Amino acid sequence: MSKKNNSETKPMIFFLNEEKEPLFSKKNRALLTDPMDDNNPITVQVLGVCSALAITVQLKPAIVMSLSVMVVMAASNVIISLLRDLIPNRIRIIVQLVVVASMVILVDQILRAYAYDVSKELSIFIGLIITNCIVMGRLEAFALGNGVWRSFLDGIGNAAGYGFILIIVAFFRELLGSGNLLGYQVIPDMIYEMGYVNNGLMLLSPMALITVGLYIWFQRSKNRTLIEKN
Amino acid sequence: MEAYLNLFVKSIFIENMIFAYFLGMCSYLAVSKTVKTAVGLGFAVIFVLAITVPINFLIDTYILKPGALKWIGPEYETVNLSFLSFIMFIAVIASMVQLVEMIVERFSPELYGALGIFLPLIAVNCAILGGSLFMQQKDFSGIAESAVYGLGSGIGWLLAIVAIAAIREKIAYSNVPEPLRGLGITFIITGLMALGFMSFMGIKL
Repeated sequence: MSKKNNSETKPMIFFLNEEKEPLFSKKNRALLTDPMDDNNPITVQVLGVCSALAITVQLKPAIVMSLSVMVVMAASNVIISLLRDLIPNRIRIIVQLVVVASMVILVDQILRAYAYDVSKELSIFIGLIITNCIVMGRLEAFALGNGVWRSFLDGIGNAAGYGFILIIVAFFRELLGSGNLLGYQVIPDMIYEMGYVNNGLMLLSPMALITVGLYIWFQRSKNRTLIEKN
Repeated sequence: MEAYLNLFVKSIFIENMIFAYFLGMCSYLAVSKTVKTAVGLGFAVIFVLAITVPINFLIDTYILKPGALKWIGPEYETVNLSFLSFIMFIAVIASMVQLVEMIVERFSPELYGALGIFLPLIAVNCAILGGSLFMQQKDFSGIAESAVYGLGSGIGWLLAIVAIAAIREKIAYSNVPEPLRGLGITFIITGLMALGFMSFMGIKL
């Protein structure tokens, strides 16, 4: 993905080396913007689909979930990137799992303390961030071979791309399924009186899959380079 | 006996890991291009789920639950280690996967050859951790119940991945709109299959 710079060989001074490059150089900005479209974790890299679908009935849990994933990804990317020269290659999966699991426990405990109802709603899906392929995938593919600041940006960028899809899906499901957004009614009563009925189907889990499928269709017809060849 | 049968059927069809909870979607989408590999991965998942869910049940009951440490001595009755469950479960899963890999390699090289690449992948399959977390949430009364639940969810996962692999093998010959090819159409088909599976929901056993 990126060319190895000198900091790879001399880990002790990677901070110094990296500061020569402006913090938001073009290359670093691309780390933030690529995952939004061209390299989206869900629709292009097919990572982290598991949890993305189950919690998109309403907008609020989707937003909380995206923020939690962002915190976990940024923190674990930074930690693994700091440790990358110390971790023996053979046990790296277990080291990664332990780092990610500790971050997830932190997030879970914080949510339980300050946002108990959302945490109840997300039930086991916070725990499942541990095995969310996005986190492991980016650790393997990026943090093990890149500096701290770049890994941090990569974590934030990918989590944002993931959250973007989550929020789009949740927006349509909540709007069409229950006529609300973030729990507030947005479709005026007048329209209901004219005979409009909420589409209960959108609240069922299969519609999450179909909504993502339609979004992929939309995205790929705009960006034709992403089309798969069979 | 009847209760076990109920739980078994329920975990295969009604609470299917993929169609009801979307667990293990990543490998489901990535490894479903041919039926043969799908069957291999499916059996590996059954194997690991059926082993890890009961083990995690024991760990949860005797170590993690509030008051679970009572068997050491009365003064431990107030200890609550449940916040450690994520890290304990994932450690058990990772080490069990490693162990299963070694045992299979030693005693059945053919099976190892067939499952080889999939076994390490399973440690990070959400369906496995999900099985253990659901087990914790459902508060099963005994180890037999949790073993039946693990086995049933594994079989449900196998059914789902083999079905989608068979459909994908056929759909390669049809004229799908270009931007939908590959991933997009797989999502939509899975959605339709999940709608079909919802018809099991009304069944009361």
